[in-house]
Amino acid sequence: MLASVKNAQSLHSNNVPPHKFGVMAINKNSTVYTFGFSIAMVIVVGTSLAYTSLSLKDRQDANAADKKMMNILSAIGVEADRDNAGALFSDFVVERVSIDGSGRQVNSTVSPVDPKDKQDPFSIEVMKDYRAKIKSAVKAADGDAETLQAALESAELEFPLYRCSKDNKDLFVVPLVGSGLWGPIWGFVALEDDMTTIYGANFDHKTETPGLGAEIREGFFTDKFRGKKLNTAGPLLFSILKGGAQTNENSVDGITGGTITSKGVDEMINRTLAVYLRYFESQSLTRAQK
Amino acid sequence: MSTETTPAVTQKKESLFSKKNKKLLSDPLNDSNPITVQVLGICSALAITVQLQQAVIMSLSVLFVMIGGNVIISLMRNMVPDRIRIIVQLVVVASLVIIVDEVLQAFQPDISEKLSVFVGLIITNCIIMGRLEAFALANKPGPSFLDAIGNGMGYAWILLVVSIVREIFGSGAISLPGMGQVKFLPTSWFISEGGLYENNNLMILPPMALITVGIIIWIQRSRNQALIEEN
Repeated sequence: MLASVKNAQSLHSNNVPPHKFGVMAINKNSTVYTFGFSIAMVIVVGTSLAYTSLSLKDRQDANAADKKMMNILSAIGVEADRDNAGALFSDFVVERVSIDGSGRQVNSTVSPVDPKDKQDPFSIEVMKDYRAKIKSAVKAADGDAETLQAALESAELEFPLYRCSKDNKDLFVVPLVGSGLWGPIWGFVALEDDMTTIYGANFDHKTETPGLGAEIREGFFTDKFRGKKLNTAGPLLFSILKGGAQTNENSVDGITGGTITSKGVDEMINRTLAVYLRYFESQSLTRAQK
Repeated sequence: MSTETTPAVTQKKESLFSKKNKKLLSDPLNDSNPITVQVLGICSALAITVQLQQAVIMSLSVLFVMIGGNVIISLMRNMVPDRIRIIVQLVVVASLVIIVDEVLQAFQPDISEKLSVFVGLIITNCIIMGRLEAFALANKPGPSFLDAIGNGMGYAWILLVVSIVREIFGSGAISLPGMGQVKFLPTSWFISEGGLYENNNLMILPPMALITVGIIIWIQRSRNQALIEEN
């Protein structure tokens, strides 16, 4: 009896490929099945990825905040690692300020960093703002500083500024974002309290060419910025020059073979610091009045 | 009639560690090594073998994706419509890679930064897609699991050997995840400190990875004559 049942099943399976959906025969190659399978797969995959992403987000955000603190500290010459970044950051950074496109102060805080607080200048996502608003404005202005300035003022943006205190000197750290050859580049520049002398700088990139544009993150390049001055009188605040050119106190030598990345660094320094300089000017005026 | 079904039953009860299955584990380590014999997955093997710790994390990531992909595809092998099977494989591999990437960003942020695009490129690692298409789609989860471990380890040991050679001669150090880089040469040996030794900077560059892999292939073929193709 049993044997005959088994036999019947095996005969059946000779005609129709075995499947896991009970008695009803399903054609695996029918369009309906293919669609159904795809939809089910997308739902399962989407749910599991969303779950992974959400459950790891807090840790990733904390890591990103640590990295940001490390970069800010490195601009003022303090080397931190992930373990002590938070502590060193609160030691050295005495005030966090946000300013608008025309250089007016919007917000200021001295309280400990709270990555959840959207009002905290530390939470301003300069990279997001650059991608959403500034990049297109730079393109539209096409090198015309006044058009760009007007665009930055009308776009409701906030720019963060970190006032640090090291060796009893005030240092101002400014975050920069720009475009390299293949993708975004970013960095931090620290200015001394005369607001024109560069105290230190660091740059990083996402996808620049290794050995060429990617070299902007290396010490040999960032060290050249130390002690240079912003040219507040001239048309350009600062320039990255092409090979062989004589550099002065307002310029550094660019990276050979990384012309477009160097130009990107040049552009982001000039564009961003122009905004902050207006804030610095208003600050030094109020200081003079006092 | 019942005599016909008996062999099928005994075949089903084949042990997971039968001779055939053990070959699934050992073959990719030597005779059909994905890197040195099949020459697959070379791109990542050249790019991330500057330091041992990167190679360890990369190997673990590839191993995880291989095992996950092989087992999942093997479990689904009777349900996957033929016409979209490559897309299904791609989606499974891609989701596993995204999970690996997210976990690395959360728990090993520095290494995740160094591996950068190469974690994402695990998706296009030919070893993984190759095993899914050639093995997992036609075999049960058990053997597929062993096949994944075999191929993952075959990939891993080459990566580890290459990275150990490159890190020792290129940086004079050895690094492991969680321990950082340990420099074991006394600094007084170096020319800059008045000694006679200097790290070989060529070792850090990708060409030296290719040469190191080449030397492994040379040693492997001289020991295993069966691998030498006839002209």
